[in-house]
Amino acid sequence: MSLFPINPDLIDLATIYAQLSLLAFGGGNSILPEMQRQIVDVHHWMTAREFVSLYAIAQAAPGPNMLVATLIGWQVAGLSGALVATFAISWPSSLLTIAVSSIWFRFREARWRRLVQTGIVPVTVGLVMAGAALLTYTTASSWGLLGLTAVATIVFMRTKLHPLIVLAIATALGASGWLS
Amino acid sequence: MSEKSPPPLRELFMGFLSVGMFGFGGVLPWTRRMIVEKRQWLSAGEFTDMLALCQFLPGPNVINLSGALGYRWYGWAGAITCFTGLMFAPMVIIIGLGMLYARIGGNPSVQHAFAGLSAAASAMVIATALKIAAPLLKRPYALVIVAITFVAAAILRVPLLYVVLTCAPLSILLLDRMEK
Repeated sequence: MSLFPINPDLIDLATIYAQLSLLAFGGGNSILPEMQRQIVDVHHWMTAREFVSLYAIAQAAPGPNMLVATLIGWQVAGLSGALVATFAISWPSSLLTIAVSSIWFRFREARWRRLVQTGIVPVTVGLVMAGAALLTYTTASSWGLLGLTAVATIVFMRTKLHPLIVLAIATALGASGWLS
Repeated sequence: MSEKSPPPLRELFMGFLSVGMFGFGGVLPWTRRMIVEKRQWLSAGEFTDMLALCQFLPGPNVINLSGALGYRWYGWAGAITCFTGLMFAPMVIIIGLGMLYARIGGNPSVQHAFAGLSAAASAMVIATALKIAAPLLKRPYALVIVAITFVAAAILRVPLLYVVLTCAPLSILLLDRMEK
């Protein structure tokens, strides 16, 4: 029996997502590698494949893409897990934003503000690329699926087709079983 | 900041609720359209400035923006109203999808469909990475930071905290040097 009646997974979820909230420079996609590392490698809550499936569901659903936190929280500890993960990913950074916003507008022209803003971009790009590589490493389990990822990437880059349409077509192609 | 009287709390809730419900494939464009064009809570310039703050600071950008905007007009009540409006519908939807996945996810043909969906979700992240990387081609030294970050996060699997604490200051210093 644990001394506290709280599910220890909830405390872990809160700690992981609060940290991710404060490290997500450049928005949600930059924390993908760390999220996978924590959820799959450190805590063994699910396999890499399950993690990717949940991430894919979150992409297909409406709302901020950080809802993958809600879904993972749900998977790990039910409704309380979903709520804890959602609040933990959202509020630390939001509180910081609220705290900083009054100072922020005073430094509109400051050189350091532009330096930091521009300087952080390569780190964000590297992290999003790392997230993309890790996802693809898991999802491209056959040549057919790798090909689908390549074609979909070109479609996302070159056309204005709505992402949901691309996701729907890819799901149908997957369901047909030709690619696996 | 603006001379206009702030929109009523109920309208803030409804506005963010609509973004959460219909914001497929990233909520930022929907948020901009709702705040600047449809409801005219902020001018385009005010919105850009506020967004710049949310992109500058860590965390999910639109969630930060909803909190900061609500707080600016109504303090904590506003922050909580906007956050709840934004997250309520997507959370219900995604938990529903998660329950569905838990129930039918073991079915082999569903797994095939998920393989297709996940392959396209990977493509979405690859496309995002390439789009944000494109402007960096003008600054080759930035690509060195991209490479270091990528190797650290994707291959060496270094915890994000250390990656950010090392790569971000390095990148900012390098930018500062190169600009002189």
